[in-house]
Amino acid sequence: MNRQDEVWLITLIGIALVALVFIYVISRSGASPGADARQLQTRAYAIRRWWFVALLVLGVGVTYASLRPFPVPDQQTQLAGAQVVDVVGHQWFWQLSSYRLTAGTPVEFHVTSADVNHGFAIYGPDDRIVAQTQAMPGFTNRLVYTFTKPGLYRVLCLEYCGLAHHGMANQFEVVAATGDKP
Amino acid sequence: MSALHPDNETLTRGEGLVLNLYVISALAVVVVMMLFGLIMRMAQGTWINVPPDIFYQLMTAHGAGMVGTVGLASSAVMWFFLRKYVRLHVAMFAANYVLFMLGALAILAAVFIGGYAGGWTFLYPLPVHSMGVWSVNSAALFMVGYLLIGVGFLVFYLDAMLAIIRSYGNLGRGLGLQWLFGGDLDKTHPPAVVASSMVVIVNSLGILGGAIVLVMCLINAYVPSLALNALLVKNLIYFFGHVFINASIYMAVIAVYELLPRFSGRLWTVSRPFLWAWALTTVMVLIVYPHHLLMDYVMPHWMLVMGQIISYTSGLPVFVVTAYGALANVYRSGIRWSVPAQLAMLSMFGWAAGIVPAIIDGTISVNQVMHNTQWVPGHFHFYLLLGVLPMVLALMFHLIDARRPAGGAVLRLGLPLYLLGGLIFVGAFLAAGHVSAPRRYAAHLPQWVPYDQVGSIGAILVIVAVLLFATYIIVGLLGAPGNATAHAAR
Repeated sequence: MNRQDEVWLITLIGIALVALVFIYVISRSGASPGADARQLQTRAYAIRRWWFVALLVLGVGVTYASLRPFPVPDQQTQLAGAQVVDVVGHQWFWQLSSYRLTAGTPVEFHVTSADVNHGFAIYGPDDRIVAQTQAMPGFTNRLVYTFTKPGLYRVLCLEYCGLAHHGMANQFEVVAATGDKP
Repeated sequence: MSALHPDNETLTRGEGLVLNLYVISALAVVVVMMLFGLIMRMAQGTWINVPPDIFYQLMTAHGAGMVGTVGLASSAVMWFFLRKYVRLHVAMFAANYVLFMLGALAILAAVFIGGYAGGWTFLYPLPVHSMGVWSVNSAALFMVGYLLIGVGFLVFYLDAMLAIIRSYGNLGRGLGLQWLFGGDLDKTHPPAVVASSMVVIVNSLGILGGAIVLVMCLINAYVPSLALNALLVKNLIYFFGHVFINASIYMAVIAVYELLPRFSGRLWTVSRPFLWAWALTTVMVLIVYPHHLLMDYVMPHWMLVMGQIISYTSGLPVFVVTAYGALANVYRSGIRWSVPAQLAMLSMFGWAAGIVPAIIDGTISVNQVMHNTQWVPGHFHFYLLLGVLPMVLALMFHLIDARRPAGGAVLRLGLPLYLLGGLIFVGAFLAAGHVSAPRRYAAHLPQWVPYDQVGSIGAILVIVAVLLFATYIIVGLLGAPGNATAHAAR
């Protein structure tokens, strides 16, 4: 299961839970004999305290887990032994300094733009995004990614950049490291 | 003070006229913008052929039009309820409308006459670097349109700000900050005043941020040698855009606070958690915008971390206070499920459920594979279409409810159609985002087309429902005798 599938599943479960709570409450929205509003409110407040604590614990846990290791590479430090690819976005094409990369070794993409903002997105052989960063005039974003699967990778623009934004595509090949099975 | 708290919601003739203009204009623009959206989805779905230049013009108009109109309609909600507690000037409310219309005209002319298609976010330097597709003058006219709309909102907010200060002493007291840590909490303090105090603070700052960046871009358009820092401009634009659209939600939610209790028979009073939620939201909405810049790795990393964490904490007030409060208000209440009550409840669901994919996308490692895919329009359409619009519609049905109790086809057909269509529509976006389909593309790869087609079907259902609502509301506003002079109290 890739990251998108995990996100999709968690989202569906989250939305379904919200929907179930609403359906439950709406189904119990009729007047109940003996339902004292003050008592119900006291109970609701008590439940809310636990609900708040549960969300807080979940939030802290997810924050810790998702930020360690920090998902954005250090922008100042060059990675020793990495393959380096200079990427320049133009209206409306991508210029890469290398179109053949090796799997298993980290790749540093130094991404910038010659004109307007672009979004440098790498699509894997299964047409799912594997990594992205913005290409911005006057700045160079450093994206580090280690390819594990050989194959053809597509580069698309994910920041709207004008008339031919949707046609701004390129591709590169990732080959297996020497000694690896193809 | 009691005179400022009328039991009814009577409108003078002038107030009724201005409010009718807001409601009818908002409905008309929303329908047209939805049709623009449908055209885009059908073009992506290969059912119709739309040239890219027209597609991106429609996309620009749709974005600017929807954000602006949601803001306009939400400000009508805030005005309608806030004026019960403080003395607002209808002339300022009318001035907002006039400036909005002038701005909208400028934007429409820039897009459909000048060919401007730089997106509603006018991300520098695209407006002045179109590769000859549109002129600098068109881009400037678009930005002037934004400025006019911004000035209109500021006029309205300044009037509201002065009114709240006159009645409560200062904005902090309007927010109820004096009761955060103790004291004798005044339970009669209106939630509408709390929400309005928050909105006038944050959106005045948001609009000022927008005005600064618009003026910077306008100067650069005619004096290109004064080049701008693209990252700074991006920060200012997303600060302004995020605050503006969120302020719309916070204005519109007043309709839920005000209307739901009337049908459930239970008061929605302020409490300390409620006041804490609004106080924290005031701060969070101003500092959460870096979650739009998570893929700008040159941003200071502490800001990216802040963007993620504040995205998470921003969900707490919704989940723990507002949506939870609505559920508690309704549970075993014997609520009368009128159309406004149903819409209020739907809005709570749409808001709470819609922020689930939004919050998840605020995680940096998720954003790396979801940013600017259709996941993004998936989540913001969720809480705008199924959250904010129902809040606004709740007020509109409330306005006509006393004269023309909604029922029949509206109840039986409109609401289920709206909910079903809305879920299909946003579901198609989210599903397409999950398979990495990009947003803002005039044409999609074949594997993404089925999602576009399903989304188009959802959009058609939504538009049919909204047409039904709009017709019913407009006929109700214009048709009943005396509609412009008074609105009967419930």
